[in-house]
Amino acid sequence: MSADASLFPLVEIRQLTKAYVRGKQVLEVLHGINLDIPEGDFVALMGPSGSGKTTLLNLIGGIDSPTGGVLKIDGQRIDDLPGDQLAAWRANTVGFIFQSYNLMPVLSAQKNVELPLLLTDMSAGERRDRARIALQLVGILDRASHKPNELSGGQQQRVAIARALVSDPRILICDEPTGDLDRKTADEVLTLLQQLNREFGKTIVMVTHDPKAAEYARRTVHLDKGTLVTEAAH
Amino acid sequence: MFKYVNLVLSGLLRKKLRTTLTLLSLAAAFTLLGLLQAVNSLFSGAADFLGANRLISQASTSFTQPLPMRLLPQIEAVPGVQAVSHSQFFGGVYGEGRNFFPQFAVNPLRLRQTYPEWVMPEDNWRNFTSTQDSAIVGRQLADQFGWKVGDTVPLNSFIWSKANGSRTWEWRIAGIFDGKDEEWQKRAALMYLNYGQFDEGRNPGARGLAGVFVVRVNNSSESERIASAIDAKFKNSSDETKTQSEQEFQLGFIRQLGDIGLIVNLITGAVFFSILFLTGVAMSQAVRERIPELAVLKCLGFKDGTVMWLVLAEAFALCLIGAGIGMGLASALMTLPFIQNTIPVQADAFVWVIAALSVVVLTLLVGVPPAYTAQRLKIVDALAGRTDDSFLEAILRKAVRAAQWLGRLVTGKSAEIPH
Repeated sequence: MSADASLFPLVEIRQLTKAYVRGKQVLEVLHGINLDIPEGDFVALMGPSGSGKTTLLNLIGGIDSPTGGVLKIDGQRIDDLPGDQLAAWRANTVGFIFQSYNLMPVLSAQKNVELPLLLTDMSAGERRDRARIALQLVGILDRASHKPNELSGGQQQRVAIARALVSDPRILICDEPTGDLDRKTADEVLTLLQQLNREFGKTIVMVTHDPKAAEYARRTVHLDKGTLVTEAAH
Repeated sequence: MFKYVNLVLSGLLRKKLRTTLTLLSLAAAFTLLGLLQAVNSLFSGAADFLGANRLISQASTSFTQPLPMRLLPQIEAVPGVQAVSHSQFFGGVYGEGRNFFPQFAVNPLRLRQTYPEWVMPEDNWRNFTSTQDSAIVGRQLADQFGWKVGDTVPLNSFIWSKANGSRTWEWRIAGIFDGKDEEWQKRAALMYLNYGQFDEGRNPGARGLAGVFVVRVNNSSESERIASAIDAKFKNSSDETKTQSEQEFQLGFIRQLGDIGLIVNLITGAVFFSILFLTGVAMSQAVRERIPELAVLKCLGFKDGTVMWLVLAEAFALCLIGAGIGMGLASALMTLPFIQNTIPVQADAFVWVIAALSVVVLTLLVGVPPAYTAQRLKIVDALAGRTDDSFLEAILRKAVRAAQWLGRLVTGKSAEIPH
């Protein structure tokens, strides 16, 4: 189920399953998903609550492990990577953007953006410079020294996007990135994501409930009850 | 490693009031620890510097029981003995009844032979020897009270009264002595009184008695044999002796006050037990509040171990800062004149080592449970607000379940094994 066979599939998902054990019950939330996401794609994952879209997003982002199937990113299987290797893989390959921004409240915008760079060998000066470039890219450099509680929701989400971008990952994982924002700010954030996809070639996988948000993606994938049901290009 | 300092400190600054209060508690605990351990160090180390070439012969029943002066030549005759002096604790108070320091009535010539560690100009020794009502004082005392040679010092003895019933004795300072080295100089805070005036002035019934005999031996390796020989000499007489090294004697004297080390350690332990709970709860709470943030760090690529070390480092920073403030305060308090005049404690290496060890132990006790919780954290669950019990909570929950199960077992109700 590839959107564009001419593009190299960065994300390759085959017969992916995920089950949770809750007490004595085993609850399967994904039933044998097959999906390819080419490099440079912008995919919106949609579906009703409990359809498994966030679970699928978490698996692609390497923050959860599948129960069965194969999940390859850039040709490398990540479904069987041990914890520490998966963490190193995330640091190098994925950037996360959350609905509630999840910034460190006591750190300035710039220090928040520098966080992923702490895992590199960069000097303090290099980290600062890189963070400022990322903040400039998302149009919020003038708020670099502000703490999250001094910023609006849209500004906080821009800082979170800068944090996701700063280590130059190939994939951006966005979990309802505009869920807490008003329409106008949401459009600004989505335009920014679209720009990152089109101008910088970032592969974006975004979970959303909002059909308007999904329109910013190149294509939309619908899930229902743990199964991939439809796929539509925009 | 230093790149994480900002991140660690940011954890502490998240709730400033809570951190400040926890730091104040830690600082108070470490101030107490510093002062108490300095007292401990003072008492336990008080006799460390004394050599084994000096023995003290006291009455076998108690050192407060005097011995007759006629024993002196007999002790002197024991092979291996170099010199013998006698010493009687005077127990005098100077001034308004607040200034107490040790005073001993001695024979000046014999004192010099048994304590060559005290140094003083020759003419001062001569004056001390030849003048009945003379006394010599250590440099520390002379500096403290501003005394100089020729001054008269009245002492009110709580032990010895004169033949006329008065307890006030006047002593003329014949010299100020120093210690032969730094260690002895620190101890030059005592006063020696000429036995002449003391023996002549006191109640006739008490005359001719010595408190203890100080025995200087030629060879310290023979001390044990000489001590046994002295005690054997007076065995089964009315004046049985107990001879021991000067160090043992001093420690025995200190122990009259009680087991200082045990008392100090019990108080310190009680304080730290309270602080342990306080800091432990504060740390656990701080980590639980930040679980989503820790999950985000893991999302960004921080490994489980790194997150664990960050939490542990935060606990260490908290304990270290608290200890630093507390020990700084304790050191400052120790320099205050009223403390130095009461008990001359100082924050020596022993005190700092105890403080450093306390920081490490406290860090492990309060830091490991939340650090372990942080390490085990599953990103997806933490982001969704589903968290497991913390380390301590898990233990407490299991303990409660076990207690319930035991209760049911004892009362004869269904004792199904708890989950």
